[in-house]
Amino acid sequence: MTSLFEEVPRAEEDAVPVRTVSVTVNGERRTVKVEPRLLLAHMIRHGLKLTGTHTGCDTSNCGACTVLLDGRPVKSCTMLAVQADGHEVTTVEGLAGQSELHPVQEGFKDEHGLQCGFCTPGMMLTAKALLDENPDPTEDEVRWALSGNLCRCTGYQNIVKSVLWAAKKQRAAAGETGAGE
Amino acid sequence: MYPSRFGYESPRALDEAIELLTRGQGEAKILAGGQSLIPMLKLRFASPEMLVDINNLPGLSHLTVDPDGSLRVGALCRHSQLERAAALAGPFPTIAAAAPLVADPIVRNRGTLVGSICHADPQGDWAAVAIALGASVVAQGPSGRRRIPVADFVSGPFQNVLAYDEVAVEVVFPAAAGTAAGGYLKLERRVGDFATAGVAVGLERSGSVVTRAGMALTGVGGATIDASGAAQALVGGELTADRIARAAEGAAAAAKPRSDHRGSAAYKRHIVHTFVTRILTRVADDVERAA
Ligand SMILES: Cc1cc2nc3c(=O)[nH]c(=O)nc-3n(C[C@H](O)[C@H](O)[C@H](O)COP(=O)(O)OP(=O)(O)OC[C@H]3O[C@@H](n4cnc5c(N)ncnc54)[C@H](O)[C@@H]3O)c2cc1C
Ligand code: FES
Ligand code: FES
Repeated sequence: MTSLFEEVPRAEEDAVPVRTVSVTVNGERRTVKVEPRLLLAHMIRHGLKLTGTHTGCDTSNCGACTVLLDGRPVKSCTMLAVQADGHEVTTVEGLAGQSELHPVQEGFKDEHGLQCGFCTPGMMLTAKALLDENPDPTEDEVRWALSGNLCRCTGYQNIVKSVLWAAKKQRAAAGETGAGE
Repeated sequence: MYPSRFGYESPRALDEAIELLTRGQGEAKILAGGQSLIPMLKLRFASPEMLVDINNLPGLSHLTVDPDGSLRVGALCRHSQLERAAALAGPFPTIAAAAPLVADPIVRNRGTLVGSICHADPQGDWAAVAIALGASVVAQGPSGRRRIPVADFVSGPFQNVLAYDEVAVEVVFPAAAGTAAGGYLKLERRVGDFATAGVAVGLERSGSVVTRAGMALTGVGGATIDASGAAQALVGGELTADRIARAAEGAAAAAKPRSDHRGSAAYKRHIVHTFVTRILTRVADDVERAA
């Protein structure tokens, strides 16, 4: 019940600013209260406990924290959680289906696209966005698209192979079902 | 890293944003792509009381060519939009050349050209492009709109001439009279790094004769350097080796580089000379081939 008149207690008036935001994370709508200064990466990792999103540099340089915002890769350490209000966020946890891996994940497995695995979630999400837009990229296009994601293990050769593998697999699957092309 | 505490508003109308800025009395800051501001908030180089997020304002994502041929880039037009706009290559070759070189592909999905010019980083790419092309910022405040040439807009490192209650709503690049030519070259240590040195050249030509020339340098001074003076050597004639050499020498002389981890001052000056020569030689070759 709301009353027509209510004095706001002093303590509440001085309280930290909090905003309620609704974000669709991996297909599920989540409504959370956050302080505006909370970074999207921290909301995802600490708030929603989706720790697949890694923070590497925390200085906007490495791309480990990459998530998809409405399908486009963004650095979640360089965005406020409040800014995701009303938007769709995909993290690495949202890549796989119920029972099977996403072709990009399969590619990384098959072509040994990871060593320590730290950069992998960001790499895979950037790769997914690329393939959604360009199902048949050249090696150069893959390298260009991934150029904002750093791999401390320097395993770029296999990362590129993994993405090309995934592209091929996806095209084959699209061919089988008659979709695409 | 956590930014210090701030209030946050995400207005749905430009008037509302301007009102919030007015009420903020200089303590409110505009948040656009956030790709410069958020890192600064995290490092606490900036700690505004209030952020006015303009990402939900309608009608600012445009990248439009007007009937007169001028290009308008809205405050929410992302670097990636410019990178994908293949049609820019003909009328705005300098912009087309610079777009893929700004930051990295992920940053380009959020960062904006207008925000970059407002940020006025001495190593930023867009201010140099805008100065070379004679572009202007359109600013809106409580008492209406005004147009400020980018050359006058950038007032120093990380400084612009906007009043605290003004929003840069778009940047306008004038249409070339005649045929547009030019380019942008940037030396970076790795993808996503700021320029060790960068050169933007914007030319207009009528046949093989250059009718207007603008040039600006980035990374080689305390602020973006307008080197259009040096480019005047090109106006009124063909792009001969001699004129190209004079423009390159003029640009290298206009540069005020400092030695740092990206290279020595002499090296950066040399890069400026080389880049001016390369851009102009390429244009001269194109002109010759077209003839
Ligand atoms: C890893 C990394 C690499 C980068 N590399 C480069 C590079 O190589 N070259 C380069 O040029 N840039 C680079 N940048 C910076 C990037 O281009 C930014 O996008 C840009 O500098 C700022 O644009 P923004 O929209 O992100 O602005 P924000 O970060 O939101 O804002 C920057 C400043 O401008 C003000 N501002 C923004 N929009 C407006 C407006 N419409 N009206 C009035 N004031 C406004 C803000 O208040 C703030 O002070 C890099 C950034 C990162 C994180
Ligand atoms: S943690 Fe976000 S870019 Fe490195
Ligand atoms: S696999 Fe270790 S950082 Fe890329």
